[in-house]
Amino acid sequence: MRWTEYLLFLAIVIGLAQPVGIYLACVAQRRRTLLDPLLRPVESLFYRLLSVQPVEEMSAGVYIACFLLFGAGCALLLFLLLMLQRWLPGGPAASYLTTPMTADLAANTAVSFTTTTTWQAYGGEQTLRYLAQVIGLVSQSFLAGAAGLAIGFAFIRGIARERSATIGNFWVDLVRSLLWVVLPLTLIGSLILMWQGVPLNMAPYTIVHTLEGRTQTIAQGPVAALEFIKNLGTNGGGFFNANGAHPYANPTPFTNFIGMLAIAVLPAALMIAFGRMTHRPRAGWVLLMVMVALFVAGVGVCDWAESAPPPQLAGMHIIGPNLEGKEVRFGVGESVLTAIVTANTSTGSYNSMHDSFQPIGVLAPLVCMLLGEVVFGGLGAGVYSMVMIALVGVFLGGLMIGRTPEYLSKKIGSAETRWIALYTLLTPMVVLALTAIAVATKAGLAGLGTNTGPHGFTEILFAYASCMANNGQAMAGLNANTVFYNVTTTIAMLAGRYGLAALALALAGRFACQRHRPTTAGTLPSDTPTFGVLVFGTILIVGALSFLPALALGPVVEFFQQ
Amino acid sequence: MSDSNEPPESTVRDLFPPVPQAKLNQQIRPVILSVLLLTLITGCAFPLLLAAIGRPLFLHQANGSLIRRNGVAIGSDWIGQEFSRPEYFQSRPSAAGNGYDGTSSGGTNLGPNNPKLKNGSADFKGVAQLADEYRKRNGLAPDADIPIDAVTRSASGLDPDISPANAALQIPRVAHARGVSEEAVRRLVAIHTRQPQYGFLGAGRVPVLELNLALDESLSPRNSSSLR
Repeated sequence: MRWTEYLLFLAIVIGLAQPVGIYLACVAQRRRTLLDPLLRPVESLFYRLLSVQPVEEMSAGVYIACFLLFGAGCALLLFLLLMLQRWLPGGPAASYLTTPMTADLAANTAVSFTTTTTWQAYGGEQTLRYLAQVIGLVSQSFLAGAAGLAIGFAFIRGIARERSATIGNFWVDLVRSLLWVVLPLTLIGSLILMWQGVPLNMAPYTIVHTLEGRTQTIAQGPVAALEFIKNLGTNGGGFFNANGAHPYANPTPFTNFIGMLAIAVLPAALMIAFGRMTHRPRAGWVLLMVMVALFVAGVGVCDWAESAPPPQLAGMHIIGPNLEGKEVRFGVGESVLTAIVTANTSTGSYNSMHDSFQPIGVLAPLVCMLLGEVVFGGLGAGVYSMVMIALVGVFLGGLMIGRTPEYLSKKIGSAETRWIALYTLLTPMVVLALTAIAVATKAGLAGLGTNTGPHGFTEILFAYASCMANNGQAMAGLNANTVFYNVTTTIAMLAGRYGLAALALALAGRFACQRHRPTTAGTLPSDTPTFGVLVFGTILIVGALSFLPALALGPVVEFFQQ
Repeated sequence: MSDSNEPPESTVRDLFPPVPQAKLNQQIRPVILSVLLLTLITGCAFPLLLAAIGRPLFLHQANGSLIRRNGVAIGSDWIGQEFSRPEYFQSRPSAAGNGYDGTSSGGTNLGPNNPKLKNGSADFKGVAQLADEYRKRNGLAPDADIPIDAVTRSASGLDPDISPANAALQIPRVAHARGVSEEAVRRLVAIHTRQPQYGFLGAGRVPVLELNLALDESLSPRNSSSLR
């Protein structure tokens, strides 16, 4: 039954990749789509209001600058909104908001939501007013997601073009991503969630009188406005503390399945768009198949660990898989599917508590994040994550056969290799350095209130891996709402979003300037299964070389302790 | 590997493409305008539009799927409640606040090897104690097999469901407390058991509050004064 669901999920993602990918390519290239009669006038109106010249294209440098400035502006606005939330009307009575919105928490949250990380060092129902969630977090889930798609488009253009000084216009990509992709899909998806049972109200927290005469207070809110876009934009920040596990946020197995499709379909389709825009459709499919192989491996490992009866409870006559920290309606199947889909796509919308996973069960999502979110990946970010690691593979392959490495008619010279190397090194540098600092300082170790030992180490590594991958899910036993963690996770989120995107776009700008090299007998073909195997191996080797020692200290030790 | 078209680059300054100041200044206006305008559209106009379409269509769900009896809200379709009386089916243990606190969702976050999970602490019941209590309450032998959802806490702490196996073990107790036949309770449980959605999504489950409401409606205990 569980594998029926996993395989059906994969089948739908792969089946939709082709048509959706073609559509995304049309959006990126300003070709005609079915929605044009409706949206073209709105689009022109936007450009007039924003005082943007849509025909004016940008160099990679200007494109990166716009992306950075837009992120900075959004973060500043969100920070101010969060700091001023006490004056926003409506929502829960002040007595329920037990976690104060301090400046460091607000800054962390502002960076978190504008980088699609949506790392949440707070519990929504105990910290935020309704209007802060809607005006602040819903809007950033849209905008950070759409900005991600925009840079994905620009990156693909850089590889597709030749002798071009420009890679597109950031404002055009942003507006078109919003109008043609994110907004319409979110409207439909949010209505489906409401139909299934997700609330949308501004009511105060409801006091109910239970059958046994007790009272229960139930947090309410405009939940449905956030719960679909958090997945579609690969953000993942939920309305409530328990995020996708909360029955209001994710009431049925169907809402969960829809959410997982919302996460994975666009990034998978973007690989097909990549193939079309570079006129090498098979190159896109090869990379998508590498993703699928890694995805199946991740699901297999996690399912194996979580579906077995917990060895810690052996001999106690307790029957069933590891349901600690899991919801009955999702069971092991949807919990594992969600853990692996969200871990692979820089989406933090977990529906089970990863802290309660078995050591190998948590190893799977942790590795997915550390490999750089290459499987489907974040909206827009996934395509450059995957292509960057594929370029490492091209470079290694070039060394092995002794030829100048080329990918899709682009030469990878010494200058290009520098960007690729820096990109590859940035994640281990940031994650391992911050983890080392945290375990070496009192302030870092102070976060381990719930668990200690190798599990505590895993919690810290998981936190920085999650922030660097702009993922945002947490092993929530780590008490992360301290100045130390709010500052260090912010550093990781900024490096993971802007550091990696800037390197990728800078490389794309350089590729755009190049002329296409003719394909010769000596060219390493980049659209064959052999190339897929090379990329698959490169991902695992680079990941293993970077992180094996750290993983050995955490989940692996814990596994042998049980 | 050098190419005459591309200048050799070696300093960090060259790593990023140049950004002319004039080009940058042009972008200041779009940056400010886009942040403000797009926030208004996605953070204000979108939620209002969604509410305008969705709330009339799905009003019950939009208001939190509250269940009312005689005008008083007694719970929500989706939010689990604590039950301790023998005539009611009991929910899973909960880590939300002091148990099923609807303003404090969350799990235990205890690692699988953490001894506290199994053995408990002064103010926290471990799995071993929960299993003992469950067996005693339902009149089971000390080594009887019990389903794991009965002794573990969910991720949200508000899990509205229990597994069908968990419900089955509680049937004799509930029937006895209500003075009705086990067969009658079993039939009711079967009616309210949900199979995996559309046949393949998620797991089979029994919504506890819905089942207990049905019990009160159709299988009232003979001594109904015990139920307010």
